Amino acid sequence: MVESKIRVLVAKPGLDGHDRGAKVIARAFRDAGFEVIYTGLRQTPEQIVAAAIQEDVDVVAISLLSGAHNTLMPKIVNLLKEKGAGDKLVIGGGVIPDDDIPGLKAAGIAEVFTPGTPTSVPIEFIKANVKK
Amino acid sequence: MYDKEKLKQLESAEENYMSRWQKNVEKLAAQGKSAERKGKFVTGSGASVNQLYTPLDVADIDYLENIGFPGQYPFTRGVQPNMYRGRLWTMRQYAGFSNAEESNARYKYLLEQGQTGLSIAFDLPTQIGYDSDHPMAEGEVGKVGVAIDSLADMEILIDGIPLDKVSTSMTINAPAAILLAFYIAVAEKQGVTPDKLNGTIQNDILKEYAARGTYIFPPAPSMRLITDIFEFCSKFVPNWNTISISGYHIREAGSTAVQEVAFTLANGIAYVDAAIKAGLDVDTFAGRLSFFFNAHNDLLEEVAKFRAARRIWAKIMKERFKAKKERSMMLRFHTQTAGSTLTAQQPDNNIVRVTIQTLAAVLGGTQSLHTNSRDEALALPTEESVRIALRTQQIVAYESGVAETVDPLAGSYYVEALTNRIEKEAWEYIYKIDQMGGAVKAIEQGYIQKEIQDAAYEYQKEIESGKRIVVGVNKFQIEEKAPEGLLKVDPNVGILQAKKLAELKAKRDGIAVQNALDELRAGAKGDANLMPLILKAAKVYCTEGEICDVLREIFGEYTPIQVL
Amino acid sequence: MAIARLITKAENEDPEATIALRQLYPKTGRAFLVGITGPPGSGKSTLTDKLVKELRKRNKTVGVIAVDPSSPFTGGAILGDRIRMSDLALDEGVFIRSMGTRGSLGGLSQASHAAIKILDAAGFDYILIETVGVGQSEIDIVKTADTTVVVTVPGLGDDIQAIKAGIMEIGDIFVVNKADRDGADRVVIELSQMLELNQNMGEWFPPILKTVASRNEGIIQLVEKIDAHKDFLNSSGELIIRRKERISNEIFNLILKRVSVEIMRKLAEDNWENELAEILEKRKNPYDVIDRVIKELLQ
Repeated sequence: MVESKIRVLVAKPGLDGHDRGAKVIARAFRDAGFEVIYTGLRQTPEQIVAAAIQEDVDVVAISLLSGAHNTLMPKIVNLLKEKGAGDKLVIGGGVIPDDDIPGLKAAGIAEVFTPGTPTSVPIEFIKANVKK
Repeated sequence: MYDKEKLKQLESAEENYMSRWQKNVEKLAAQGKSAERKGKFVTGSGASVNQLYTPLDVADIDYLENIGFPGQYPFTRGVQPNMYRGRLWTMRQYAGFSNAEESNARYKYLLEQGQTGLSIAFDLPTQIGYDSDHPMAEGEVGKVGVAIDSLADMEILIDGIPLDKVSTSMTINAPAAILLAFYIAVAEKQGVTPDKLNGTIQNDILKEYAARGTYIFPPAPSMRLITDIFEFCSKFVPNWNTISISGYHIREAGSTAVQEVAFTLANGIAYVDAAIKAGLDVDTFAGRLSFFFNAHNDLLEEVAKFRAARRIWAKIMKERFKAKKERSMMLRFHTQTAGSTLTAQQPDNNIVRVTIQTLAAVLGGTQSLHTNSRDEALALPTEESVRIALRTQQIVAYESGVAETVDPLAGSYYVEALTNRIEKEAWEYIYKIDQMGGAVKAIEQGYIQKEIQDAAYEYQKEIESGKRIVVGVNKFQIEEKAPEGLLKVDPNVGILQAKKLAELKAKRDGIAVQNALDELRAGAKGDANLMPLILKAAKVYCTEGEICDVLREIFGEYTPIQVL
Repeated sequence: MAIARLITKAENEDPEATIALRQLYPKTGRAFLVGITGPPGSGKSTLTDKLVKELRKRNKTVGVIAVDPSSPFTGGAILGDRIRMSDLALDEGVFIRSMGTRGSLGGLSQASHAAIKILDAAGFDYILIETVGVGQSEIDIVKTADTTVVVTVPGLGDDIQAIKAGIMEIGDIFVVNKADRDGADRVVIELSQMLELNQNMGEWFPPILKTVASRNEGIIQLVEKIDAHKDFLNSSGELIIRRKERISNEIFNLILKRVSVEIMRKLAEDNWENELAEILEKRKNPYDVIDRVIKELLQ
């Protein structure tokens, strides 16, 4: 067996068009040796989950700055579970108030990264937590 | 700008001023005292900065030709002859959240606090042409702005605000025609005729494709909607700024200062080209084009950027488009401080950043300004944070002294040299985009997106390597408690809006709605100006989503080119 | 789910994948394989997207394998082709999988062969394999297709030069995409001139089509040409020949790979370092050593 690559889906759910962060993190993941699949803008949770399953990614990284995180992030986790893909590591990033983080974690988001976090932090988090 | 003979003396062997200075610098370095802090000094956008600027750096400038007087071509020093000695810039805070009722209260508050213009933020479903009950709107209603589904919402939004006295800016692009129609319709109900209305719609679809993401239709029909608005407003709403060609979001997406100017003006060229192709005379609409720029952290580079942008646009309009009216050559712009520079860490530091950025905008000669609130990296701003942001502008206006004379930084060796460099580098981009067939083609090929993304990734890598210091983020960090008292949008806004929509649909004249939508459909298939048809639909309470759906049916939807 | 996980295992050369492929093999051979290749910027992903939609209109199920290069420095990759196909995500009749080349010699073609078999056995009618037409490993993948579509666009500078090296010979259908741009006709002429110079032309003369994939123009014609080529392959017996050649190559490569692992192992366990020193000191010569090693291996 060869060393398996960590595969990450960088997802932009909802209508949010701010993709600077998503694209910067996608490049940083690539430079960390991950295989990155970027969904593009305006994806529904259903589309994201279908892509995550077909691509058999280890990680779903959700970027959201529009304030819709409390609705959309848990929905993605639940759909993944429904489709038998609950083993994927789901992380989130964006303008997310601290108050909302406990709720998101309880909903199954493994970690939430807020503005100003160096890209090395989610990279290390993924390396440490991905189930390989 | 200087006497050539005298300039020579600076470098001449006998006088030896320059070399004496250089020797002094070297001596200090050799002694290990006062060695330079780093190997290379750069601007906020990464352009190299010399140790010292002298008259030699601006020796080639011809004052009248390159700088000139304020209010005169090429408008380097500003578009009005007396700038802020006449009237201060318009203090315009971008606001809007939740539903029309709550936003209306925030606007009234801001006007009471001395704000002089409105700036409406719409939520994403409104910006992308979905009613609040559309499945794609789930979780988004009322979040980044106010939800406006129909004329009924607009009536509430600006209830009690005199539209003949207040100017209103609306950040709306793909469906700009529809929101403008709602606004005109409300004004008429207030007894204010369209010719009395003042304000701006953003209406800049090209930067949506390139950087901001709230597009709906493909480029060709989008450009048609824009030129339809130009034509309609030139006849009926003559004081309305029909477009706000925006570099703000290009910069926020990570571009450099030069790219911000270059890509924005290249987009401007594309709009002017489209309008001329649609048969409009350049001087009938060019005076109503406005711009929107970012005020970033590097104070002097930003001031130079604004000055360079004015000079380039004046040349473009005069030389390329043969505009005759001076007004057509003036680059008038709104500024917003750079949201992406605000940090979630030690958020009060953001007040200081915003102050510097405010100075940049004012010293750069902006016509209006939005100052960001300190808590924007955390959540939507609270009322208190918004007030501090507005006070920042007021302190700069009334206490700092920078508004007391016109373009006070003109003649600074450094600022003039920077202005020249930004102009030169921006032209290089503009020529390159010309060669690609213009901004629309360059965006379709992903060129502009790629340039922005490369710069954004570079910026992030500089922060992470410590090459670029962000106070509180990668230096001078402290342990912090979670901030408290952040603004929360009622999670039930979506449900409430959906209920309002259902009530509206039950109450309105269904036949009139159907007829208006059918007429719009026919118009969209042909080449009628769509603005009167949209206005008619708005008045009979067609919803924004219904109007957009008709246009989607005829125009199709844009599929983005994604570049990574 | 099972399909997706199995492809991952094949990519990682997990022994479980070989076990599964052994069982799947009898069910393969029903899908029709279409390779799509062309230089960066030729609009391959958009073309693939439209092709899938047209095939879906005809009630065909489609698997897509989109290959992007991995970074030779970090091994990471941005697999960007899926973006253009995001609205296909919820279609049960479509399965899209992105793969990185992962830099290993022959490794990717092995994984993609496996992925093709897995999708084939899963019952997809068509399998589209999309790769950038540069580099030998991508060309190898495309060679595994039944029909190969070579895509180019006007305005790539050295238009034809960009696709000349290596893939001119393997194109069964040529597409000039973005044909609304200036220079499309010139590219068509250049292509046809080059094809006429090709001495090895068989009974099938590759057609050249113009498309504007972003506006869905020319896609129906492309599907028709693919089907025409499919009929040709069937009626001429060429399909059997191609597939025989393909499986022969695949077996050869797999054997080679396994044997080379054996050789490395063998060399490592022998007194290899000392033997190398002796060769360097001219006390032994390489040729005798080679003969001995092969003899031992074959025992």
